[in-house]
Amino acid sequence: MRARGASPAVLGLLGLAGLLALVEALPHTGLVSADFLPPTSRIASALAGELGDSEFWYALRDTLVAWAIGLAIAVGAGVVAGFVIGTVPGLRAFTASTIEFLRPIPSVALIPLAVLMYGTELQSTLMLVVYASFWQVLIQVLHGVQDVDPVADETARSYGLGLWARIRHVLWPTALPYVMTGVRLAAAVALVLAITAELVIGAPGLGSRIAVAQASNAVPDMYALVAVTGLLGVAINLGARRVERRLLRWHQSVRGEVVV
Amino acid sequence: MRIAGRMVLAVALPAVLFAIWWFATANSTNFYLPPLREILRIFPDVWTGDRLRTDVLPSLLRLAAGYTLAVVAGIALGVLVGSYRAVRAVLEPVLEFFRAIPPPVLVPVIMLFAGIGDTMKVVVIAAGCVWPILLNTVEGVRAVDSVLADTCRSYRISGPARLRHLVLRGASPQIAAGMRQGLSIAIILMVISEMFAASNGLGFAIVQFQRGFAIPDMWSGILLLGLIGLVLSLLFRLVESRALAWYHGLRRVQRGS
Repeated sequence: MRARGASPAVLGLLGLAGLLALVEALPHTGLVSADFLPPTSRIASALAGELGDSEFWYALRDTLVAWAIGLAIAVGAGVVAGFVIGTVPGLRAFTASTIEFLRPIPSVALIPLAVLMYGTELQSTLMLVVYASFWQVLIQVLHGVQDVDPVADETARSYGLGLWARIRHVLWPTALPYVMTGVRLAAAVALVLAITAELVIGAPGLGSRIAVAQASNAVPDMYALVAVTGLLGVAINLGARRVERRLLRWHQSVRGEVVV
Repeated sequence: MRIAGRMVLAVALPAVLFAIWWFATANSTNFYLPPLREILRIFPDVWTGDRLRTDVLPSLLRLAAGYTLAVVAGIALGVLVGSYRAVRAVLEPVLEFFRAIPPPVLVPVIMLFAGIGDTMKVVVIAAGCVWPILLNTVEGVRAVDSVLADTCRSYRISGPARLRHLVLRGASPQIAAGMRQGLSIAIILMVISEMFAASNGLGFAIVQFQRGFAIPDMWSGILLLGLIGLVLSLLFRLVESRALAWYHGLRRVQRGS
């Protein structure tokens, strides 16, 4: 219980500072060559250089555009498909095996196909992003639609609510927490796939900038860009969590358990 | 009868899709979309014999080595981090940062240290898929039932016995969830690391086919990757349902009541 002394935030900052200090110290001790792991100060100055370079901002924009479009398509398609499969009787059992079959196919298997079809255009990035994040959304939506309270559903039916009204007032609020979980997972996966596609295929963006830095042996720049992708990932995770809390303000899981 | 009905349901749609693919491409002259018949005809020629030994097997061995390394390291570190509140508070933001780095960007970084040989690929796979396992283990260890922990303490169960029967057992559902996430990342990294720099392996072979415009061969490689992903996830589920039978049973009982 000694940890009570300092708040978790302070300890967390301590941990981050420790990481920075470690990376600064390691190359100086000679344990790792500075050619492989440059000290923090050099990575930081490379990062400053990147931030002052308009090319970097274009690359960042390209990555974020691919991420956003891909995520939007995947979420839209996943929600629609999930609701259709979940509400049409029998369709769920009919499609279950196919979904189970397609889902574990690694999206990187599509890389050669994307290259052949679209080259290094935005579409090849989108193809990978959409394929990978679609399943995250779909699976969660299916769980959500299944979770609907039969009493609420039957009440809505006996009040004569039509299909659309039931989807709007019963199904959608039930499924929304699941949808948001799916969106949060998909947002992280979409970033990974966007950067992967850029790195391997060479579509413009942060990933291809890392590939260029690696090819030209600009090691500090490479580390700086890798750190940027990590920070981007953290920002997306935190952002998605915030949006989730915001949209689910009314929901039990956010309001906290009500004492009965 | 009901089992037969479910079997029919499970097979129906895949069969229909397969048939659509087969007939839609039967007379395909599109260079990029060869007939499925052609893909299936060359599949055994391409992937059995020499290539099985020189490409498929090395890939799978590297996958197994990297994944095993990640599981061992992830669980060991996770138990350590999860057991001490202060350690967890210090390391959590750092771990979150590492988890948020898209794993494939580790490939160029690790290439610096480990060259482009097998070591690089194994390390890339391990370094990429260790994070979900580690963080899930931390969560699982942290959430171990406090009544059970107190019971352990009053019976003076400590050391390895406590670790085995309380901590690892209690955290195992979470650990399994992390391992499942880790497995799909591991497959992705196996392919990516070979596409980036390799002289053999599945990813390498598929990219070679694509660059040489051997389109049916490339398609057969995509099919094989899909099959590997499917078989591994089925295997994982089989092992998990065996190992966590007690947990799934418990959940069913809780939900039923």
